[in-house]
Amino acid sequence: MTSLPEHPSATKLGLVIDLDTCVGCHACVVNCKEWNTGGYPAPLTDQNPYGRDVSGAWLNRVHTFEAGEGAEGRTVHFPKSCLHCEEPLCVTVCPTGASYKRGEDGIVLVDEDRCMGCGLCAWACPYGAREMDMGVGVMKKCTLCIDRIYNENLEEADRVPACVATCPASARHFGDLGDPNSEVSKLVAERGGYDLMPEQGYRPTNKYLPPRPRRDATAAGTAPKALEEASPEGGFLGWVDKLLSAV
Amino acid sequence: MHPAYSVIFFTTASGAGFGLLALLGVLGPLQLLPADRWFGLAALVVAFALAVGGLLSSTLHLQSPARARYAFSQWRSSWLSREGVASIATMMVAGVFAIGWVLFEATAGWWALAGLFSALGAAATVVSTGMIYAALKPIRQWRDPLVVPVYLLFALATGAVWLDAVVAVLAGGNWAVSLGAMIALTAAWAVKLAYWRRIDTGRSKSTPESATGLGGLGPVRLLMAPHTEENYLQREMGYRVARKHAVKLRAIAAIAGLGLAAPLVLAGWLLPAGPGAVCAVFAALLATLGVLVERWLFFAEARHTVTLYYEKIMA
Repeated sequence: MTSLPEHPSATKLGLVIDLDTCVGCHACVVNCKEWNTGGYPAPLTDQNPYGRDVSGAWLNRVHTFEAGEGAEGRTVHFPKSCLHCEEPLCVTVCPTGASYKRGEDGIVLVDEDRCMGCGLCAWACPYGAREMDMGVGVMKKCTLCIDRIYNENLEEADRVPACVATCPASARHFGDLGDPNSEVSKLVAERGGYDLMPEQGYRPTNKYLPPRPRRDATAAGTAPKALEEASPEGGFLGWVDKLLSAV
Repeated sequence: MHPAYSVIFFTTASGAGFGLLALLGVLGPLQLLPADRWFGLAALVVAFALAVGGLLSSTLHLQSPARARYAFSQWRSSWLSREGVASIATMMVAGVFAIGWVLFEATAGWWALAGLFSALGAAATVVSTGMIYAALKPIRQWRDPLVVPVYLLFALATGAVWLDAVVAVLAGGNWAVSLGAMIALTAAWAVKLAYWRRIDTGRSKSTPESATGLGGLGPVRLLMAPHTEENYLQREMGYRVARKHAVKLRAIAAIAGLGLAAPLVLAGWLLPAGPGAVCAVFAALLATLGVLVERWLFFAEARHTVTLYYEKIMA
């Protein structure tokens, strides 16, 4: 059913991604692929994986941006996966009923047995969160690791999405963003977490934490000291330079 | 957006087919077209062939076409589903209308009602087609109030030139149909020119800064892409070839679709039956070619916000 849930619960499961601590190692990308190619959306195929023109469906990607000019410029690693929006156009445009948003926790999923692979949902997503699996012929997307977070066969500590579990910098946090007292909501409040492209009106659940300001704001503006002259005039160095040049 | 050839062919052909069907459904019952069964058969065969051929070609771009049957289920929320439902319903009503015209040479009474309902259904189908694009917020050039009028007017105009061609070949021409076709062509291209002016002067709400939320640090540009080879998103939504030649392609589309097609319709009206019919058929072919190029540009000139995450590589 591609109409949005009429009475969504207050629970909004999602991710909080810390752009200050992300080191751009792509471990979340790899562990996402690893888990999901055997999990809910399995298989997550690649085409020509060992040849030229490698291609495949991945549910999480890390872009690297440069923000700001000159000495003020920052390199920011930017992980991006489905934001599990509250106004997901990808769901309502789906003609077959394959795309849906769960009322109980807000997770956006694809019922692969109904997907005809028209690709309209990928066009409807401003963030590029959906990728067609050319090997299976259906659309794939982040499931928020629905087969981990509710999985009672796993230790409780492991009931988080694969990307969160593997991040060596703890740049990814999982929790209920509908609950103002949850750890993730506090983190968002404390660090000024924000929405991507709020002007598009999708009301994404996932939030991004901005890079922290530099500790020493003045140091960034000061140019490094210049090296001494190679051919100094006068003084002790001038005398040594003249003497050695003459030898 | 990458032009998907099956979708371009689909919207052009089924637009013309539903346009022709709508005109037959209205002008037939008003007794403005020859009532004989051979004319009805020929005109309805052209309309059905264009509409059905287009709909079948649209399934070519599906990755799992066997599941297309589910596409009729979500008409409450999805314009693509509404288009599917409207097109099938229209075909069924038009089938009844066709039975009346071809088997009984009757287009009045209940048959007329079937004709009028097939015209309404055809209009609803084309509106749904336009709304599929106009509902997509991430693509500024598609989410434009002129997109649906352009789809409707081109369906009407190409339907009218095809009707003019059928009338010219089978019934020696009809000045009212020719005049109507020229007016519809002119109106469609006038609105299209206004649309092109709008997309040339408009600006996207979103920028690399808003896409990343890093604008507070300064201008944002991509340093490293997330992957070395092209992925689905880039193949589907990145396209540069046509944008490079957009001005020339717009001229080619307008010259073929209006500059040559409209004078040929006029020639078909003024010349004697034989050469007139040849001109009318060429007018229909050129008008359709013009719309094909216009549809191709509709895709190629459209920019999706996902390109903001790949700027430099896809822009």
